[in-house]
Amino acid sequence: MMKKLMIAAAGIAVSAGTAIAEYPERPITMIVAWNAGGGTDAIARVVAAGLEKELGVTVNVVNKPGGGGVIGHSEMLTTRPDGYTIGFASAEIASYYWAGNAQFKATDFNPIGLVNFDPSAFHVAADSEWQDLPAALEAIKSQPAGTYKTSGMGAGAAYHLAFAGLLKANGVDPMLVTHVPSQGAAPGFQELASGGVQIIPSSLPEGLSMMQAERSRPIAVLAEERLAAFPDVPTATEATGVEFSGGTWRGVVGPQGLEAEVAEKLAAAVQAVATSEEFTTFMNDKGFGAAAYNPEEFEAFLASQHTSVGEIMNDLGLAQRQE
Amino acid sequence: MDAFIAGLDLVFQTEVILTIVVSALFGLFVGMIPGLSATMAVALLVPVTFTMSPVAALATIITCSAMSIFAGDVPGAFLRIPGTPSSAAYTNDMNDLVKAGRVGDALGMSAVASVLGGIIGTIALILCAPLLADFALNFSSFEYFWLALLGLSCATLVAGDDALKGGISLMLGLFMAVVGLDFVTGIQRYTFGNMNLQGGIGFISVMIGAFAFAELMRRASVFTGQRLEVRLDVSGRPMPAAKTIWQQRKSITRGGVLGTLIGVLPGAGADIAAWVAYAVSKRFSKNPEQFGRGSVEGVAGASSANNAALSGSYVPTLVFGIPGDSITAIVVGVLILKGIQPGPLVFSQSADMVNALYIIFLISNLLLVPFAILAIYMGRFAISLRDEVLYPVIMLLCMFGAYAVSNNIFELWIVLATGLLVWVMNENDYPTAPLILGLVLGQVVEQNFMSSIIKADGNMMMFVNRPVAAALAIITLIVWFFPLIGVLRRRTARDPATDTPLS
Repeated sequence: MMKKLMIAAAGIAVSAGTAIAEYPERPITMIVAWNAGGGTDAIARVVAAGLEKELGVTVNVVNKPGGGGVIGHSEMLTTRPDGYTIGFASAEIASYYWAGNAQFKATDFNPIGLVNFDPSAFHVAADSEWQDLPAALEAIKSQPAGTYKTSGMGAGAAYHLAFAGLLKANGVDPMLVTHVPSQGAAPGFQELASGGVQIIPSSLPEGLSMMQAERSRPIAVLAEERLAAFPDVPTATEATGVEFSGGTWRGVVGPQGLEAEVAEKLAAAVQAVATSEEFTTFMNDKGFGAAAYNPEEFEAFLASQHTSVGEIMNDLGLAQRQE
Repeated sequence: MDAFIAGLDLVFQTEVILTIVVSALFGLFVGMIPGLSATMAVALLVPVTFTMSPVAALATIITCSAMSIFAGDVPGAFLRIPGTPSSAAYTNDMNDLVKAGRVGDALGMSAVASVLGGIIGTIALILCAPLLADFALNFSSFEYFWLALLGLSCATLVAGDDALKGGISLMLGLFMAVVGLDFVTGIQRYTFGNMNLQGGIGFISVMIGAFAFAELMRRASVFTGQRLEVRLDVSGRPMPAAKTIWQQRKSITRGGVLGTLIGVLPGAGADIAAWVAYAVSKRFSKNPEQFGRGSVEGVAGASSANNAALSGSYVPTLVFGIPGDSITAIVVGVLILKGIQPGPLVFSQSADMVNALYIIFLISNLLLVPFAILAIYMGRFAISLRDEVLYPVIMLLCMFGAYAVSNNIFELWIVLATGLLVWVMNENDYPTAPLILGLVLGQVVEQNFMSSIIKADGNMMMFVNRPVAAALAIITLIVWFFPLIGVLRRRTARDPATDTPLS
């Protein structure tokens, strides 16, 4: 028995040694914590196709949905750090810790490269009296708490937090607006059209169908600059003079303890994919925002996300921990 | 008309026709395997559609889903194990009919009703998509709350003979619906710190446990190693007599219309449509006592409804980009990837595309008939296998199906737990249907109640303030108090004032 174990251990040691020497030499698995057919899945599959070209091995996308994304994301952290299992993480990893749904923090992930940032937008009903963002903020400030409501996502989702952050940055108490939770953007826009809520902080592409149906209109986008596909929608910074951007994001991550060589090779490949014309065209066509953060930028971004999400979730009373 | 011809042009291409046939076969297999649902069949095809033309991609999804919804009836009829959740409502009826040697009246009827229901739904989609979409868009959480509550009340109609046992089963289902993260606050409920339970108890795993695993347990407990039991008589014709179809015309039409309307409503799909149509057919039937014991009426109504719901769910999807069910949620994703933005402009900008979609719907529904006959013969072959071979294979497929939902081994524990629970329940004459409805609709009721009460700032009157909500509320209360009113009327025949329910 002991002898068998020794042989097995030796075998693993040998195979691990060669794996690093010629990484990558076998297919790579990329975990997605959400269902096939969704936005994160779609981008992950395009990134995987790009990585296949860069690295010369098959990159399989494996969906591990469930537990509100906690299951898949925690597996990205606990997997063997050999570079053959990586993850495609989404913005939610910054809030699990604060919501008390997981023990891991956004800063626990090994940042490889951020490839997508989707700014939140400020959608109102087509017949809303608000023509611009300052008017809306003024109305929210002057009316009693709970007069205006948001919907379009679960409580504490990235766009909800971005919206609350916008209010806070402009000196408006985020608690003045009540959030009506919904499963995804579509039911939220339906509520907007039927008059149940006044504001949807989803992304611009998510509201496109309802804009075309003349049921809703966006009055601002929470991005650093206007989106090419929506040149008429001003940024929140332009509209209010207060610099603010916020939204959801996605990127390639790994577990801690990756060999430096492996991490560098992966980061270089992700950078190459994120800046490739194929990828940026895909992202622009589908209304996603392309981004290309290298590991250092991504690490700093995760750290700032961890802090700001914690603050705003405490402000909103959604946090289960203070720090 | 030009757009229609352009649509024909798009559909009748080798690539598209070939994908229709292949995805029909694929849908047939996946649907027949207990534990794999129509939604999963479509999800499995998503990566394949990435390389196809938009029309071929749509054809793949539509044909595959229509076929697997029907195919789910096949194992239900032969083995009493539904292949997909939407067949669960009338599985016992189908199996009892087949046991009586009436294969044609069970599966043949379900095939014919599926085709007719699908066509009713498609015609509704063609003729009144914008109108129906407006109707659906005016549904806010208040209306959904009442509708889901009404659906839960249907649970009493499918509860079987003992109302108390049905009620206990419903409560168990409602309890399971509570597990997971709270919808509003995100706080964990009954998860015992287990992260696998944070997203709630998986519907598919519960279905596999309740219908497939529990049935396998029952078989195992009566299995003696000898073939004492007479095998099912499957010598009958695969199709029902024309006279029988004509007799069921009302049931099929009612199922088709109900199914379309339920499909149009975002969030409610083929599964719920089948349960509601089954309950309504029972309510209107002259022979309600046959329901659950081999009712052709129940089979016709419910299998017409689940296929009609498939077409109906494309109405809000196309007009507003709001998916009508879990399958169209995937469709929206695929359409956007193909550069087609669902929405009102799709009718003018991609009219040929929309017409192609209609044509695909008609073709895939008509294709059901030959494929149904094929499926029936395949099913006959499957049950001619020895029990010792057949049941372990089904067991394996169920485990595979539960695991494949989210690639998570924990789902198998859910299958085991619900399987044992439901087996014990069934041995003691507790019905399964209320438990399932409680799990599915319990979440809908709770989430819409919470959304509504937040929107209304706690004012309960808002629940009856909108005309449609008020009407649904009255219907729900009538369903609840109807038996009570009957009792009161008999007791206080002279005092009509007590007839009006309190509201």
